[in-house]
Amino acid sequence: MRSVRGMRVVSVFAVGGLALGAAACGEAPSDSNAGGAAADKYTACMVTDVGGIDDKSFNTSAWAGLEAAKAADSNIDIKYVASKAQADYEPNLTQYVNQDCDFVLAVGGLMGEATSKIAKANPDQQFGIVDAKLPESNVFPMQFDTAQAGYLAGYLAAGMTKTGKVGTYGGMKIGPVTIFMDGFADGVAQYNKVKGKNVQVLGWNKATQNGSFTNDFVKQDEGRKVSDALVAQGADVIMPVAGGAGLGTTAAAQTSGGKYSVIWVDVDGCQSTPNCPALMTTVVKNITDAVKDAVVTAAKGEKLAHDPGFLGTLANNGVSLAPYHEFDSKVPAELKAEIDKLKADISSGAIKVTSASQPK
Amino acid sequence: MTDVNESGSPSPEKSPVGQRSGAEAVATVGEAERSAAGSASGPAESGGTPPGGPGAGLTDRDGGGQQLLRMFVQNLWSANTVTVTVLAIVLATLIGAVLIIVSDPDVLATWGYFTAQPSDALNASWAVVSEAYANLFKGAVVDPAAVQAWADGTGEWQPVFAPISETLTYTAPLVFTGLAVSLAFRGGLFNIGAQGQATIGVILAALAGFLLPLPPVVHLIVAVLAGALGGAIWGFVPGFLKARTGAHEVITTIMLNYVSFSFLAWIIVQNGVHEPGRPEAISRPVDGSAQLPQLLGSDLRLRVHLGIVLAVAATWAVHWLLNRSTFGFELRAVGANPDAARTAGISVGRTYVLVMVIAGALSGLGGANMVLGTTATALTPLVVAQIGFDGILVALLGRVKPWGVALAALLFGALQAGGNRMQSYASISLELVTVLQALIVIFIAAPALVKAIFGLRAARAARLSTSMAKGW
Repeated sequence: MRSVRGMRVVSVFAVGGLALGAAACGEAPSDSNAGGAAADKYTACMVTDVGGIDDKSFNTSAWAGLEAAKAADSNIDIKYVASKAQADYEPNLTQYVNQDCDFVLAVGGLMGEATSKIAKANPDQQFGIVDAKLPESNVFPMQFDTAQAGYLAGYLAAGMTKTGKVGTYGGMKIGPVTIFMDGFADGVAQYNKVKGKNVQVLGWNKATQNGSFTNDFVKQDEGRKVSDALVAQGADVIMPVAGGAGLGTTAAAQTSGGKYSVIWVDVDGCQSTPNCPALMTTVVKNITDAVKDAVVTAAKGEKLAHDPGFLGTLANNGVSLAPYHEFDSKVPAELKAEIDKLKADISSGAIKVTSASQPK
Repeated sequence: MTDVNESGSPSPEKSPVGQRSGAEAVATVGEAERSAAGSASGPAESGGTPPGGPGAGLTDRDGGGQQLLRMFVQNLWSANTVTVTVLAIVLATLIGAVLIIVSDPDVLATWGYFTAQPSDALNASWAVVSEAYANLFKGAVVDPAAVQAWADGTGEWQPVFAPISETLTYTAPLVFTGLAVSLAFRGGLFNIGAQGQATIGVILAALAGFLLPLPPVVHLIVAVLAGALGGAIWGFVPGFLKARTGAHEVITTIMLNYVSFSFLAWIIVQNGVHEPGRPEAISRPVDGSAQLPQLLGSDLRLRVHLGIVLAVAATWAVHWLLNRSTFGFELRAVGANPDAARTAGISVGRTYVLVMVIAGALSGLGGANMVLGTTATALTPLVVAQIGFDGILVALLGRVKPWGVALAALLFGALQAGGNRMQSYASISLELVTVLQALIVIFIAAPALVKAIFGLRAARAARLSTSMAKGW
């Protein structure tokens, strides 16, 4: 009994060894020079919020910003940690301070409290935060007035609809989501005013701040359910502001054979979704460039000014309308020109876009 | 078999030992029975100890110290609870090491020319694995560098205790949810709803924390009790449904988890709850008077708070409840065999409801910990983290015994705290910690596997697997 088991163990090792031997016959690299010293590099360290690094939203964009910063300046070293829960924010921030990171980036307004605490305790440490502004002067704020770009998207949607109805829905009724929808509704209203039309917005009422929500940023079937309801009511342009849940809508739109189309948000949908043919355009929130600029500037030794911080607008390209891609030929040149004019007007301040959720 | 025996006497530890000859050598009656049953069923020859027949093991024990030692060695290398648990952790660590090596492309590349230059592969693998586990240890227990700095006078004392403080911070809520799951388990109910009960607990605790204007100490007590009440309500529902209609508690508790999560997401953005002027889904913060005080001063690095003390107290209370109280006796009787319990005059329905209410209250306390402690002070959609689901693992790892649960929670807390550092310092994904936790529980749930790998004697293995499988 015992000896049989022993044999079995020996044979397992023998077979494993053979397999390993067969796979491990490669040549050893002849040269083994040690990597250059990384001691005096500028390290930028990012703590994700609970969405994780692959959230296809602000965590992903912010990390892309750090990667871009590294590509732009070889003296920059980057790393990140993922938070799994609220409780992880503080230890993750603290440990990066302990590791002498030069720039500690917090992503998302929910990290505000933790970042505030740690920044107060470490006044000489440079922090940065996306989507929030904290009172501590060593935390560089990066905020985005996405209502401005949403306004352009609303105008475009109103100009493109054939049914006279456009729709939008959100992932959750919170500021960073509804600000897109406010801008969208205002853009449609502007179109109606200028053209004397009566295009309706389904799924969001700016005045009462009520509308359609999936209450989820991940589940695609939830997104599809809501957009199907909007389409059933006659909408033929939909803007989902629900992160990954919106993918349910883009996929359905692509299979609908042009019955309705989608305006994506955050990152150009032709890069971040597989449904480019169904996408009219994207309301871009340019977190990537904001993070990149902040880190590159700080790495040069320049001070990042807490006031005013960074506020992404159409004027500084912090928010924008992405290229039309496959809709380029379908959008009338006249409408394109009107949108370019609107963009210039908003940039110059001739037109003011307002939203209850705008960063102050 | 053993369970019925245990519940047959209200306090197994105090049972008259003299009734059985030769049982003095071991602490409890149950213990002796198990090892006797083990040597009857398994091959006693393994492990190099002299063969003792099934009967001989029981009767020859009066032989003195040598026999005692032999028995100890025999027991140590038989598949008993402690040995299997320790070996399960060892196995999980080994597999974790393989995963660390495989997931690092640079190290994996060195294995490609293993035969040409084996030292490269071995050194690189050792470096990455040892760095990962060293950081796991430094983040969970103590960082020698910090001790050194403190001894030299160049550092402060706080960093020395910070890892332990982190471990205890993560441990406290897991103790509560682990107890909630194991208590229900002992009563024959599989409580998957600890997550939902903790969620309702966190909501009520937070509401009490910022809506009620109360003086300092009273406010904290009220907020903690509100958390317990919330959990109790959420536990009452499935308990009541089970008692009255026979609805299976696994189904009802899972469904109530969804309800509670959506309720949390909804209530955060309501007027009066939502923090004015904040665009995110975050509630008003809990008043300072309702926060659990930190145990080691107000330093940010030492987050351990009163919650861990409450957790230990709760462990003691559950232990007392299970083993010393009449209700605990009824609970175990119902868990062992509801029909027999009913015949004996115990109200099974009432017991189910009470078990779920108490389990819910425990989970609710765990939830209260998450918002009244130092980890968060306001409601957000993910404020509860995964404590309810982790509680199920903790309960299984702790063998559904109160102090076992406390120790299992300590291990999970340590893995969590160490995992944070491992991720931050050694760039090993936090998911590895989840994998380690899962592997440990898998090995524990499959003692036969551990037994086979290490060639343990079969003692008690049968009982282990039945105790894990019961109630599902």
